[in-house]
Amino acid sequence: MRFSPISCEQREQMLDVVGARSVDDVFSVIPDEVRLRRPLDLPGGMSEVELVAHLEELAARTAHAGSLVSFAGAGCYDHHVPAIVDAVVSKPSFFTAYTPYQPEVSQGTLQAIYEYQSMICQLTGMDVSNASLYDGATALVEAALMATRATKRGRVIVSAGIHPEWRETLATYAVATGAELSECPTADGRTDLGRLAALLADDVAAVCVAQVNVYGVVEDVAAVAEVAHEAGALAIAVTDPVLLGVLEAPGALGADVVVAEGQSLGSAQSFGGPGLGIFACRDRFVRQMPGRVVGRTADVDGRVGFVLTMATREQHIRREKATSNICSNHALNALAAGAYLNAVGSAGLRGIGSLCVARAHYLRDALIGTGRFSAPWDAPFAREFALRFDGDAEEFVRAMVDHGFLAGVPLERIAARRPDPGVDASGVVLFAVTEKRTRAQMDRLVEAVMSL
Amino acid sequence: MSQPTAQPLTGRLIFEKGTRESRCIEPPALDVPEIDLAEALDGAVRAEPPALAAVTEVDIARHYEHLASANFGVDTGFYPLGSCTMKYNAKVAEQACRLPGFAGAHPYQPEETAQGVLELMAGLADALAEVAGFPAVTLAPAAGAHGELTALMCFRAYHAANGDPRRRVIIPDSAHGTNPATVAMCGYEVTTVPSDARGGVDMDALRATLDTDVAALMLTNPNTLGLFDENILAITEAVHAVGALAYCDGANLNAILGKSRPGDMGFDALHINLHKTFGTPHGGGGPGAGPVCVTDALAPYLPGPLVERRDDGTFGLTWPERSIGRVRSFLGNVGVLVRAYAYIRALGGDGLAAVSEQAVLSANYLKERLRGAYELPYDRTCMHEFVLSGRRLRKEHGVRTLDVAKRLLDYGIHPPTVYFPLIVEEAIMIEPTETEGLETLDRFAEVMLRIAEEAAENPDLLHEAPLTTPVRRLDEARAVKQPDLAWRPDA
Repeated sequence: MRFSPISCEQREQMLDVVGARSVDDVFSVIPDEVRLRRPLDLPGGMSEVELVAHLEELAARTAHAGSLVSFAGAGCYDHHVPAIVDAVVSKPSFFTAYTPYQPEVSQGTLQAIYEYQSMICQLTGMDVSNASLYDGATALVEAALMATRATKRGRVIVSAGIHPEWRETLATYAVATGAELSECPTADGRTDLGRLAALLADDVAAVCVAQVNVYGVVEDVAAVAEVAHEAGALAIAVTDPVLLGVLEAPGALGADVVVAEGQSLGSAQSFGGPGLGIFACRDRFVRQMPGRVVGRTADVDGRVGFVLTMATREQHIRREKATSNICSNHALNALAAGAYLNAVGSAGLRGIGSLCVARAHYLRDALIGTGRFSAPWDAPFAREFALRFDGDAEEFVRAMVDHGFLAGVPLERIAARRPDPGVDASGVVLFAVTEKRTRAQMDRLVEAVMSL
Repeated sequence: MSQPTAQPLTGRLIFEKGTRESRCIEPPALDVPEIDLAEALDGAVRAEPPALAAVTEVDIARHYEHLASANFGVDTGFYPLGSCTMKYNAKVAEQACRLPGFAGAHPYQPEETAQGVLELMAGLADALAEVAGFPAVTLAPAAGAHGELTALMCFRAYHAANGDPRRRVIIPDSAHGTNPATVAMCGYEVTTVPSDARGGVDMDALRATLDTDVAALMLTNPNTLGLFDENILAITEAVHAVGALAYCDGANLNAILGKSRPGDMGFDALHINLHKTFGTPHGGGGPGAGPVCVTDALAPYLPGPLVERRDDGTFGLTWPERSIGRVRSFLGNVGVLVRAYAYIRALGGDGLAAVSEQAVLSANYLKERLRGAYELPYDRTCMHEFVLSGRRLRKEHGVRTLDVAKRLLDYGIHPPTVYFPLIVEEAIMIEPTETEGLETLDRFAEVMLRIAEEAAENPDLLHEAPLTTPVRRLDEARAVKQPDLAWRPDA
């Protein structure tokens, strides 16, 4: 396939204007020693028919939420994406646009982001949201770094209930930025408040805790925020926005900054990316915030309009003094999140959350009832829960594939590189139950477990 | 009776539409025993529902259709935004990323159930390695700036492993803002080197500042003036001579596909913006993807996990020996990777080389058409983009580059990048890309020449522009002074 519309004849005309005999002439500005004098060693091009067949063949060799009934979560969920969401993000004037630097012809993107920011503030109970970051893990990093700037303190405490991959991301960045990290283990599935108190000191910039942690357990954010504040540290809450119809807004629980992975709001699982980094905070941190933010203002004729604003925090203005190096964000996923929240509304979000919670409780009881699973702790949970299998967790998940299920995620797989000292991960499987999972599907899973 | 007028398409928020009872998606019915939420969630139940919009599907469809109609994308018209490579985004790639095997795959499904998508990722990494001239690639970074940071973290780890921590990173004054921001984020100090009269790195200044405290040089080549640095081998050699590493910002890779490879220029690492060079859409700001390519010496430090092609022909995940760790959750922006892979396979090796040939020819063509009416501070053969200066229009007619940009909007053309690079006064940075026809290029040239005439004849016309857009110039000062960053139901 070729996407350049210029004909051979036109090319000759252009060469004439440029005053070159050939295209190779034009490339003579590249020193000879670094010119590639051979064709690229890549396969030849394809027609659209061939290409589609090739891609379909690759896709067909990948199981997906339509071919395996999925109970897998651990940060990426098979929630329903309403048809209207894909209709919105498929509009070419949204997805083929650049960052809205020319507001006069970017009101669509800008207003959609302003509305997204508004919705995130409503959900989280924060005053201000940025226009998005890459994913939940990097949003957590940015929040931790912002806390060190805002408090002028160097250490960040992270609950080991936060997804191991997020903690590992934080650790990678900490090496580069010089921030110090302390991890607080869990006890019985929740952040160990005793250990947390012992870790707190006057050098701590923030305490990071998950409202719904990697084990699916609902944590006591208010208690964590309170001890953090007593030590002069900020409270950074990790949340899951799709559950904020049923769960209290982290802002109402004392969080100063709220971050989340927003994939559950209308983005495909897509093998883990692109997701949506949600970042929201209190007003007083607005000038320390990373990333772009949209504000409402008026044009010269007094019409309501929207612009990127407070850009003096950003790399293209502030260079090495910027609050972050982020440039491209995940605007299209933020657009999807906005369309999603409009589609479900407040009542729908509550309904989806309640349904997930009810079904997750049903499945957990039923799996325990098989005699093959035991509960590692007794703690409140929402859409996801951890159970210990009486055998190898990887083997269990693989066996379930043959029954048509992606039955869950073995905890050891995700936690191996960054274990939580408070949890014995052996045999533990994380099960997620979205509103797409029916009672019939759960009953079939239980039957399959019984047949093992 | 007054003239009938249509309602404005933008400005009215979704929250102001619909009725209290309006609904779009209803959750499915409860098919399991009801439970007491407060008890299940240990009292953490939401007291006040979030104030979201209450609208029907029709409301939503129209709302976004109206917003979209007030937006400008590549499908709307010419978008010569320099350094951003706003090429046409192939529809087949959009279709590809929505195939259920890609869109519906879970990152933790057993690898034997994910062979297709893993093969695609390995194939993409191989293709990028060949195009860039490096042996190792990570697909993890979510964007160009994320790739820059990833590479600098690898540099840091490399120097640390050699017991040789260093403090400074050198950046030319023509660099993108992400470069210095990344340097600072990675705990290094920025040293800026000037450009020389030909627009390349000033070699004397570079040599003067290079010492064993320098961890790296970050360089965009072709640079942000659209010029290929003729001294590139001398530059990377000088950097290596003090034990530092050379980083290539791959923002301008669209100029050199199949023509020259950063790996062959002596660079140690490169990030590639798939959303520029490899035709994935910019999404109104993202998501993009910023894979990083490195030399064998740096490969052990790459973030993990990497996709590996095993001897038995299967694909799996692996961790580099001395990996810096993770830089994000999961594996990468796979939806974007699928589009880039589709693009590369559609074009093939020859097609990629043809991309750069046309991109460079089209840029030089426009440069020739516009010289005279606008100043050309670096009058050399350019690569895929070139930079004009509106200095004379400002001096002679009081018309700024910003005014020229806004006037272009009235002609239905997206303005070029303006006021960047910082080293060119009243800069106008034009990147036509290879996907624009000659008719489009000619019209753009004619419009730019016409605007230069308008600047002389009627400068106020330009000061007031745009006149025909959904909104006109916005009060940015008010947006800063009286921040209104979110709608609230009580406001």
